[in-house]
Amino acid sequence: MAALARLQEKLEVLREEYFLANRAIDEDRKTKHKAAVKIQRWFRACRVRAYLRHLSEMAILIQKWWRGYLRRKNFREIVERAYFIKKLKFYNEMAVRIQRVWRGYYVRKYIHNFYALKKYLKAVSLNNELVRSELQEYAEVKENEEKMKDLEKKEKRKKHQVRKMHYLLSTEQIPGIYNSPFRKSPDPMEVLLRQSKPLTHRKQQVKIPFADELYGWPTCKEPPAFVTALPLLPADRQKPQGPFRDPAEVLQQRYKPLEPTLRVGESTYSPPAKAKEATIREQWRSTIHDNEFLPFSSYHKNYEKYEPSLWKSGKYGQEAYGTKYFREVYPKKWIADKDFETLFSSIAVFEKFGKTYSSTGQIV
Amino acid sequence: MSQRQVLQVFEQYQRARSQFAQAVADLAARPQSIDTLRSAGVVCLLRPLLLDVVPSIRQTTALALGRLADCDVELAEAVVKAGILPQLICSLPEENRYYKKAAAFVLRAIAKHSPQLAQAVVQCGALEMLVICLEDFDPGVKEGACWALEYIARHNPELSQAVVDAGAVPLLVLCIQEPEIALKRIAASTLSDISKHSPELAQTVVDARAIAYLAQMIPNPDAKLKRQVLSALSQIAKHSVDLAELVVEAEIFPVVLICLKDSDEYVKKNGATLIREIAKHTPELSQLVVNSGGVAAVVDCIGSCRGTVRLPGIMTLGYVAAHSEDLSMAVIVSKGIPPLGACLIEEHEDHIKAAAAWALGQIGRHTAEHARHVAVANVLPTLLDIFVDTRSSEDLKAKTKKALKSILQKCTYLPALEPLLHEAPPGILKHIIGQFSKVLPHDSKARRLFVTTGGLKKVQEIKAEPGSLLQEYINTINSCYPEEIVSAPFLHQAGSIFSVLTAALSPSCSWRW
Repeated sequence: MAALARLQEKLEVLREEYFLANRAIDEDRKTKHKAAVKIQRWFRACRVRAYLRHLSEMAILIQKWWRGYLRRKNFREIVERAYFIKKLKFYNEMAVRIQRVWRGYYVRKYIHNFYALKKYLKAVSLNNELVRSELQEYAEVKENEEKMKDLEKKEKRKKHQVRKMHYLLSTEQIPGIYNSPFRKSPDPMEVLLRQSKPLTHRKQQVKIPFADELYGWPTCKEPPAFVTALPLLPADRQKPQGPFRDPAEVLQQRYKPLEPTLRVGESTYSPPAKAKEATIREQWRSTIHDNEFLPFSSYHKNYEKYEPSLWKSGKYGQEAYGTKYFREVYPKKWIADKDFETLFSSIAVFEKFGKTYSSTGQIV
Repeated sequence: MSQRQVLQVFEQYQRARSQFAQAVADLAARPQSIDTLRSAGVVCLLRPLLLDVVPSIRQTTALALGRLADCDVELAEAVVKAGILPQLICSLPEENRYYKKAAAFVLRAIAKHSPQLAQAVVQCGALEMLVICLEDFDPGVKEGACWALEYIARHNPELSQAVVDAGAVPLLVLCIQEPEIALKRIAASTLSDISKHSPELAQTVVDARAIAYLAQMIPNPDAKLKRQVLSALSQIAKHSVDLAELVVEAEIFPVVLICLKDSDEYVKKNGATLIREIAKHTPELSQLVVNSGGVAAVVDCIGSCRGTVRLPGIMTLGYVAAHSEDLSMAVIVSKGIPPLGACLIEEHEDHIKAAAAWALGQIGRHTAEHARHVAVANVLPTLLDIFVDTRSSEDLKAKTKKALKSILQKCTYLPALEPLLHEAPPGILKHIIGQFSKVLPHDSKARRLFVTTGGLKKVQEIKAEPGSLLQEYINTINSCYPEEIVSAPFLHQAGSIFSVLTAALSPSCSWRW
């Protein structure tokens, strides 16, 4: 009983304690429950994450292997292609280098040849110098000619004037105006006056006999029949110096009629020959029978025998040389039996020169 | 009345007629009496005398009519309207040579005034008669006929075609071969007038084998003949390449160069024209001209002449230089630039200056080398002056501007460009600055010179819109120099200080001096 009383006393406290303990436990329980849920949640999440990670790793693995397989399948092609492109690029590079060098050389040598241009320009300037000097010479010659012409004209005029003024010449007694006694030497005009002939009035035209016939003299078609009177020569004609014959004699000799010898007279162009020619032609025209009459029949043999020419006659008749062939041939010396070829087929590679291009991926 | 008295009346009348004709002919020779004669109705009075019985009266009347028509257009028209031409022409074949000469003179005097009168002459059937006169033996008659044909053919292509259709060309070629110089002259000038209109007419003249005879006459000493012959050949050659080649094949080079040294100005001019017409067609023909030394002769010719006579020579140089740079170099080597520069300065006529500017542009436009030669000859300031001058005509300004532009675009010779920098208008300045911007980045000595001569200062003073080409050039130039120099204003003025500074800076300057 005492225990019961004690228990009953403690009951309140017990109840309180019990309640507090339960409450505490309850509260604990809640927190613990929450904590447990948290822990469980976290753990589950870990598990799921691990599972997902595992899944993704597996997927990656699969994909890795699959892709590797695919790539490995195409790898060879890709490598080949890349290699090919690399090779082509290299070749292109080298080709460009070659072309660059060649084009530079070609252009410098043939199209824009600097040295040829320089030579050409030098030649042009030399030629120009030549042309200039020649033209200069020509101009100078022309100028000289003109000057000479002018001078001559002046001279002529002066001489004409002097001839007109001939009366101003000084005589023994009276000195002329150009020959003043106070001068040391006479004026040049005086000298000219002394040298010149006085100009007379225009003379009447002297009618020369045989003036018309004189025209025939150069060709001498019809010489004058008689040369009785000499043509009147001008009075002041200077007789040519020397032992010349009498003109009448000379003329007679010059215009003696022709006396041809018999041989000359019988030439083809003499009149009797020309006359004979007419009769010959007439005869030729009018003959009936062309073969001439031969007295004996044996005469025909002489005329009609055939004589073959030396060139064409051989020992056994006519030689083929000159008709069949014209050149000596030695078939034994021939190397081939074909004739000499003058025309060849064109070379295909050369046809393509300048027309082919290579582009990447296709070589023509 | 007795017979003698009757005859005396007729004699008096005849004497009166002949005196009248003579008097009118003498009066017509004086220009002051023409008006009076016209108002007195002289044409109608002379008309019946043309059909007179006495030949000398007919001749004198024809001469008088010719002189009247020669001086005055209205009298010529009156002659045509009075229907005198058919009467003149119909009796021509039976007449003597004096009448034929006088008739040809009348036709020529009428035809020379205008194309309509020439057409009227042709319609009267004058061409056949003139061609008959061309076949006559007397050289005077032939000369008159040639002259009349020339004056008819010179107006327009249709009349020339009519002359050719009448069969005149072969006879003209025969006339050229005659020994008389006057006849040769006129025949050559007729051929020249016929062939100048169109290529077909020129071809007709060539087909009659005229070129060979014309070419033979080039060395002839007579100056007027040479003028006409050269003119004829140049009219033939100007139409096409084939005709020019035909003319060249007649071996005119180098004979034609002698004509360029003749004492007569017009011979020189026509010779230069002929060379120009040949050289302008193709580079090969220009090459031929250069190879035969033609360019040197033309250059000398330009140097020795003054005025319009120079013009064809200048154009020849321009055409030759325009074809290719080698030919342009050949022109430069033949010392072509100094005479052209002298032309620009000395001449007063605008068209000659324009031609000289054009020729210089053609020479200098090919490469830097050519532009350098042009610039060294000190031609650019002259061109600029002409361009800027207010008195120059539009055409001259346009040509000078084009020439300047084409030369400047290739010119890298800076000492010649510097003076232009200070005076040039904006249109030209752009090109000058462009050239500087091309040269300066690569040449240090030039950069130094550019600053010391005050060029950089001038460049800074230029205002340009941002984004324009000029601004880009200015930026390029500015970028060649260090910042302090470009932005600092005082250094622009003190060029000497700057050179001292650069001398001091240069050992420590890591920049690209």
